[in-house]
Amino acid sequence: MTQTLIIAEHDGTTLNPATAKCVACASDLPDTTITVVVIGSDIADVAASAATLEGVSKVLSIDSAANDKPLAAVFAPQVASVAGDYDYVFGPSTTFGKDLMPRVAALLGVNQISDIMAVTGAREFQRPIYAGNAITTVSVKPDYKIVATVRAASYKAVGEQAAVAVEAITSDAALPDHTRFVSVQSGATDRPDLQTAAKVVSGGRALGSEEAFSIIYGLADKLTAAVGASRAAVDAGYVPNELQVGQTGKIIAPELYMAFGISGAIQHLTGIKDAGTIVAINKDEDAPIFEIADIGLVGDLFTVIPEIEAAL
Amino acid sequence: MDKIIVGLKRVVDYNVRIRVKSDGSGVDTDGVKMSINPFDEIALEEALRIRERGDASEVVVVSIGTSDAQQQLRTGLAMGADRAVLLESAEAIDPLSAAQAMLKLIEEEQPGLVILGKQAIDNDNNQTGQMVAGLWGRPQATFASEIQLADGKATVTREVDAGLETIEVDLPAVITVDLRLNEPRYVKLPDIMKAKKKPLDTRAFSDLGINTDDAFTVTQYAPPEQRSKGVMVDDAASLVAALKEKGLIQ
Repeated sequence: MTQTLIIAEHDGTTLNPATAKCVACASDLPDTTITVVVIGSDIADVAASAATLEGVSKVLSIDSAANDKPLAAVFAPQVASVAGDYDYVFGPSTTFGKDLMPRVAALLGVNQISDIMAVTGAREFQRPIYAGNAITTVSVKPDYKIVATVRAASYKAVGEQAAVAVEAITSDAALPDHTRFVSVQSGATDRPDLQTAAKVVSGGRALGSEEAFSIIYGLADKLTAAVGASRAAVDAGYVPNELQVGQTGKIIAPELYMAFGISGAIQHLTGIKDAGTIVAINKDEDAPIFEIADIGLVGDLFTVIPEIEAAL
Repeated sequence: MDKIIVGLKRVVDYNVRIRVKSDGSGVDTDGVKMSINPFDEIALEEALRIRERGDASEVVVVSIGTSDAQQQLRTGLAMGADRAVLLESAEAIDPLSAAQAMLKLIEEEQPGLVILGKQAIDNDNNQTGQMVAGLWGRPQATFASEIQLADGKATVTREVDAGLETIEVDLPAVITVDLRLNEPRYVKLPDIMKAKKKPLDTRAFSDLGINTDDAFTVTQYAPPEQRSKGVMVDDAASLVAALKEKGLIQ
């Protein structure tokens, strides 16, 4: 029997769905006991919800005012101090996990496997390289602690179970004060979250301006969909960075992805290839996105969107 | 601040469509165009801007790789870096060993800032900067889209899933950069000529006394599963009908 530790991601009140996807990944390991560690301040509710994730045997809670914000420099020594007994230490491949886990790996003196997309053996994993243009199978030598991030879009969240025990622990790791949280600016809306939404309506450079992008928001609201964007649209300032989908933005797997005026650079396609159905609307019939779209329509999005809305 | 260290990795150019070799032994990089990792170019641009406004006196570019990486270091010098260091290795170096090598240079050079790309676009690992900071015991500000320096501190805006997060870190620190931090300058011909005279110090990676890590073995390279081309519809009504039929919209 091996031991797996999963680092929970949360915003202080709610567990991020990526955590349940890490549990799903760990559940694919043969014969492992899964423990989730929740680090934060005033996190009883988060720990309680982690305890109900199917397949989790135990939850550890490191509840301290010093952990109020998820600073990698502060969290990493605490994770490293509890990781000693574990064979696997997993975190989500979100900006939280990408920031934290390599620092943990360095403190433990190991390399990290980034973006696990499949477990193919107790010590063998698949991960993408070159923006997903190649999939590698990586084998890890025996007796080497496996620190990894899990590509959330490759996994479905586990279900629920009767809550297991939550154990409050303290870490004796020395915490630095050289890194301080200042603020977070978020375009949080009532719309579904881009990373977990079942439907996503996305816009590209063809929208032409921030004002014109409102047509995308309008359709998204009619479909109760999240809004996404290509890098070009974010770079042009039409929408904030957190809406970017692709290799360097969010990797998503909605049931329905509708791309308007997105040509389909490989870096964008990397972010959507696990989507259920991809719909592409573009004026250019040679746009690469049509090569991978399940349903394509050549046309001007500014005429097509009102027509779609009329047909709903 | 005295000095900024910037890492430059030689990678397959951003525009090259990479292919997996038919025997699954690797990706085909024969004869393809090689460039500075685009994130590293942004890191260098930022370091140059910091020096140009007087907040640093020297920018040192460092690469770990084969002797061919001299080309990318020369490009870095042409962009404006003051000198270059190549830690030469015929073998690919794992991220942890690369971080240990950076730490050795940091101990020699005593920089106020280390600026790296957030990830290299070949292996997409997104690890080395965080590892350098962890081994060094110094702050990390990853995925930076804005950097302000004052009073021995950096205030860094980071692109995170929730939006834009701002943190303040004491220097020295490691910053890894995201795409929207700046737009790197173009290299001009006279600068390429000048760069040839700038110092480029080559050292054998094996002389650093780092035991490289052989824990991971890539046993197989495979092309990704391809999505097949679907159907084209003629108008919005047919599109909506198709989505309704699939049960995707009501």
